[in-house]
Amino acid sequence: MESLLRRARNAVQVLKRLSNSKLGLIGMSIIFVWVVVALLGPIIAPYSPTSYHPQDRFEGPSLKYPFGTDRYGRDMFSRVIMGSRSVLLLASSATLMALILGSSIGLITGYLGGIVDEVVMRFMDILMSFPALLFAMLILGIFGPSTFGVIVVIGLVYTPRIARVARSAVLEVKEKEFIEAAKVRGESNLYIMFVELLPNIWGPLGVEASVRFGYAIFLSASLGFLGLGVQPPTPDWGLLMKEAQSYMSWAPWMSIFPALAIASLVVAVNFLADAIRKYEAGEL
Amino acid sequence: MTKFISKRLVNMVITLFVASIIIFTLTEIMPGDVAQMILGQYATEESLEAVRQQLGLNQSPLVRYTDWIWGVMHGNLGESLSMQGVSVASLLLRRGRNSLFLAGAATVFLVPLSLFLGVVAGLKEGSWWDHLISTSSLIALSLPSFISGTFLMMIFAIWLGVVPAMSSIAPGANLFNVFPKLILPIVTVSLVLLGYVARMVRASVIDASHSDYARTATLKGLPKIKVVWHILRNALMPTVTVIAMNLGWLIGGLVIVETLFAYPGLGRLVYTAIQRQDIPLIQASVLLTSAVYLLLNLASDVIYTFLDPRIKY
Repeated sequence: MESLLRRARNAVQVLKRLSNSKLGLIGMSIIFVWVVVALLGPIIAPYSPTSYHPQDRFEGPSLKYPFGTDRYGRDMFSRVIMGSRSVLLLASSATLMALILGSSIGLITGYLGGIVDEVVMRFMDILMSFPALLFAMLILGIFGPSTFGVIVVIGLVYTPRIARVARSAVLEVKEKEFIEAAKVRGESNLYIMFVELLPNIWGPLGVEASVRFGYAIFLSASLGFLGLGVQPPTPDWGLLMKEAQSYMSWAPWMSIFPALAIASLVVAVNFLADAIRKYEAGEL
Repeated sequence: MTKFISKRLVNMVITLFVASIIIFTLTEIMPGDVAQMILGQYATEESLEAVRQQLGLNQSPLVRYTDWIWGVMHGNLGESLSMQGVSVASLLLRRGRNSLFLAGAATVFLVPLSLFLGVVAGLKEGSWWDHLISTSSLIALSLPSFISGTFLMMIFAIWLGVVPAMSSIAPGANLFNVFPKLILPIVTVSLVLLGYVARMVRASVIDASHSDYARTATLKGLPKIKVVWHILRNALMPTVTVIAMNLGWLIGGLVIVETLFAYPGLGRLVYTAIQRQDIPLIQASVLLTSAVYLLLNLASDVIYTFLDPRIKY
């Protein structure tokens, strides 16, 4: 209980330091707003994101429809609001998956070294030799686009990158005395990796995870835009942009609002990631 | 040096070989019957069987893989399924040329501009200019290309009408003649790297100006311009690597930008191939892009060793 309290206090301390950077503060505020919007979703949205209003097709922004309507008369405001759920869910699950897989691989290869390290990291290099977007497109094109597929693919794409960061952090920490001490005590390899090493590489892992979260939004929105991500009629920001593309010149509101939504979120995440990097480097 | 390069080349060939196996296996899993796709759904079982015979689809995967790789090594990539009668090699050549032009023009545009912005921000660290450049380059690098492209298209093509919105061009057209159509795609595909490189340059300029030799140069009374020259020479070295390393990023960017602006390049070719499940085209185009990507990575390593005499392999 007490340690939980201490941890909470630590977290507040870190947040305070991060908000010392103006961009960090802006980033955190925008992310906070989108998280609240995603949680409250149906309470804020005036209509169902998928309900048709055939008499109001292609309406411009008005009091009735703040962001206008699309070709089926669906309310763009409600679609953008509900779309925040899909992007946050996709990006955070994918990042979490990459973080778990990547840091486990990094811990194992970095700590054990030798032939395991050689073979596994070689394979990671090969995985990284495909451009990320291309790899994701190929897999989703073959297995068919789906929400679950997007999460797994983005998670897989970023696993080798996180594994590298974790591995090099482990290489630095594993020479320290407390690791030596744990070995002498006769602790198992598993214990040393996950109880002794892991807590000491949180710093670089945190920086990497925040950057990857930004990329995950970037990638999942791009896949949505290509039609390889979340499928209609579910509102997804990238997908909304794809649907709006043919009407760009005479129904620009269909593109502008989802575009602003994606832009605000990715920029916010990158602002925060930059502040986290500065914090880790001791610049804040 | 030669030893290092040849070792890396061997490594690259091995990686490409493994990549070809992965690509082949993935397309094997692809649902759908190729013969059915060629003949349509009303084909009789006999005619389907005839096509399978003709294309060698009845043979074991191992035989088909060897046939494919043998073809790749001899420049014979087969025929496209979705565009019947067109050889994959000629498609790749035509589309690849268009993409190469786009990527080349983007590099010519973004390298000098990002160097300039990064150097200005780095030398004026903490100033108003620095804040403006750092923040806007952070924004530029975080925006997905289809977002920045949409904004640019709306502002410059639809509202101001100064450039064409779409970049569809006739096959074989001289790209210099239709250059206005290429302006928006070039700028869009450059933005992410522009932001990234500018920030890298800024950081290394700042690093160099805090270094001992810069302080010594100032203290011994060298004119400011000479000190700046010292700083730049040292700061720009790592930048070359950063640029070469990230040019590979352009490949992913091209898929999005070419799709957004309907530009007939390699990126859009990969996309349509995947959408239409055109297996020979997918295999060849993905293998080609991976090869280009690996070559760019190799080039960046080589440049790095050339530039930094401290590194010996």
